[in-house]
Amino acid sequence: MDATLIGAIIHAILVASTPLVFAGLGALIQERAGVLNLGIEGLMIVGALAGFVVALSGQPLALSVVAAAGAGAALALIFAILVLRLEANPVATGLALTLFGLGVAALFGAQYVGASAPPVKAWSIPVLSDIPVLGRALFAHDPLVYGSVLLAIMLWWFLNKTRGGLILRAVGEDHDAAHAMGFSVIGVRFLAICLGGAMAGVGGAYLTLVQTPMFVEGMTAGRGWIALALVVFAAWRPLRVLLGAYLFGSVTILQLHSQALGISIAAQWLSMLPYLATVVALVVISARGVQGTSAPASLGKTFRVSR
Amino acid sequence: MLRFEPRAEVKWHHEWLAVAVALGLTAATVSAIFVLLGLDPASSLHRIVIRPLSSEYGISEWIAKATPLIIIGVALSLGFRAGVWNIGAEGQLVVGGLTGGAVALALYGISGWFVLPLVLLGGVLGGMVWASIPALFKVRFNASEILVSLMLTYVAILLLSVMVHGPLRDPDGFNFPESRLLHDAARLPRLFDAGRGHVGFIFALVFAVLGTWIVKRWHLGFSMKVSGLAPKAAEFAGYSRAHTVWIALLIGGALSGLAGVIEVTGNIGQLVPNISPSYGFTAIIVAFLARLHPLAVVPAGLLVALSYIAGEAAQLSLGIPGAMTQVFQGLLLFFLLGAAILVNYRLRWGGPH
Repeated sequence: MDATLIGAIIHAILVASTPLVFAGLGALIQERAGVLNLGIEGLMIVGALAGFVVALSGQPLALSVVAAAGAGAALALIFAILVLRLEANPVATGLALTLFGLGVAALFGAQYVGASAPPVKAWSIPVLSDIPVLGRALFAHDPLVYGSVLLAIMLWWFLNKTRGGLILRAVGEDHDAAHAMGFSVIGVRFLAICLGGAMAGVGGAYLTLVQTPMFVEGMTAGRGWIALALVVFAAWRPLRVLLGAYLFGSVTILQLHSQALGISIAAQWLSMLPYLATVVALVVISARGVQGTSAPASLGKTFRVSR
Repeated sequence: MLRFEPRAEVKWHHEWLAVAVALGLTAATVSAIFVLLGLDPASSLHRIVIRPLSSEYGISEWIAKATPLIIIGVALSLGFRAGVWNIGAEGQLVVGGLTGGAVALALYGISGWFVLPLVLLGGVLGGMVWASIPALFKVRFNASEILVSLMLTYVAILLLSVMVHGPLRDPDGFNFPESRLLHDAARLPRLFDAGRGHVGFIFALVFAVLGTWIVKRWHLGFSMKVSGLAPKAAEFAGYSRAHTVWIALLIGGALSGLAGVIEVTGNIGQLVPNISPSYGFTAIIVAFLARLHPLAVVPAGLLVALSYIAGEAAQLSLGIPGAMTQVFQGLLLFFLLGAAILVNYRLRWGGPH
């Protein structure tokens, strides 16, 4: 296999992984605050449509991304109100969010099917992008790819090095203790859900703005579920989400190029890998129960102040 | 200020109040969406809900769609009562359809009364095997059954795809990813002359009654309920949590698998890559709409099945995307979950006492 092909494949893997990075981090921040949101898929597709519509109207990329984040946060707000204020079951509410998001995006997006977003210019990083093979593969991407890496690092820093991150983790690990210490459990979770929704929205928008770049009904194609799997796979750590996303993204690309690479098994077997890997990771993590690798202790539990 | 105040006593009509409020709000929001799309709500609703049901064919199709929803909804309402979150019923349905369909193909051409029961059994066992994976991992390693069953749903869909593209493909089918048509001995009889309504609906009704009986009369139903509502109390009473997890998931797998094989033998008549329009996920809405009462799953399943019929009609006669079905289902579930607070709380004006 020649070097150009390897470079192209690495480039494609980063592009395929970027929506997963954003959506995975969006799921992660919520889960670290103790919120299990199964609506990531719905948040992604709504973000995908919002970003696309703004891009079609000739606005710059930054504004499209803001629109996608806003749409994701707005939809996530419904989830937050239902789960936090009305104490609705989070599992079912997340599912409703996915159904609703997919439906609304298809309904209002039908008129945009067939249109194509203006191309996003790559930012070639000087010097680094001149490295043979790897330079073009790693350092000649659109701004969102760099943004996703930056976001993972920032989230890691926030969770582990700041007071705000400590409070968020406290709320996720033991909401009663956090409440007793005077922190607003509901407030922290509201913020986490809206921020997570915004990130998932941007992840969806990456599909319509860069990767495809057009809008089709149901185009997130299960990536929201993969993102949830990714968080488990990454043992709830932001930087591992980044690595996991690239691993899952590689599987997708491997599948596309499996014939060119001389792999002769059915594509479906390869597609199963991320899901199976997640189950295995989940079992290993749950069985070991090693501190720092297990799920946030209050994940998915309803918090009531009166208790 | 409007605020929530806990009810001193929860009566049965408070549950139906919540459901009525949710249905009212859903109808209002759907009407608003129609107005937003430039359609007249009343005549649109008439065209997509009343007209499709005003023929024997329409009723038959309605029943065909309600059948899997009710069968799975009954199983999930039992499991959810026990606090076992089997979100992967869709995967169990797909595997049940696959294994049941494979049995039917293995018995291809053989006639006799025993063929259909074997085929159905194949589906039930397939679903149970698939559901036993999250059960085992939950009991043995404490791995979340929500995530494991969900992940396995995607594996199941891919597995079905591999099989119909490969080993189970019709040898004379010009390489289309479909199995051959099942022979008559492996098909569930139809209920009507028109449409696809089949005997599976009778099964669904039987399971709803059986489920209610388990909940009301059997010790098993009671121990599952306690295990879900008060895990500590259940532990003191000597009810094993592992037992509850196994039972809930195995019932879920068995009935979802049955729903799958019923879809294949009653409705579709062959194995195709896509045997379910997310019935397994939609059945979760059905279970909640029924407020986890197995008997109430029947009207709930019929109502939600109507959203599939209405979605198809909306596509054909109003020219709006079939995704209207998902919008309706999502909204209904939102409002149901939100309105559920009215069961335990009442709305009051004024500040706290």
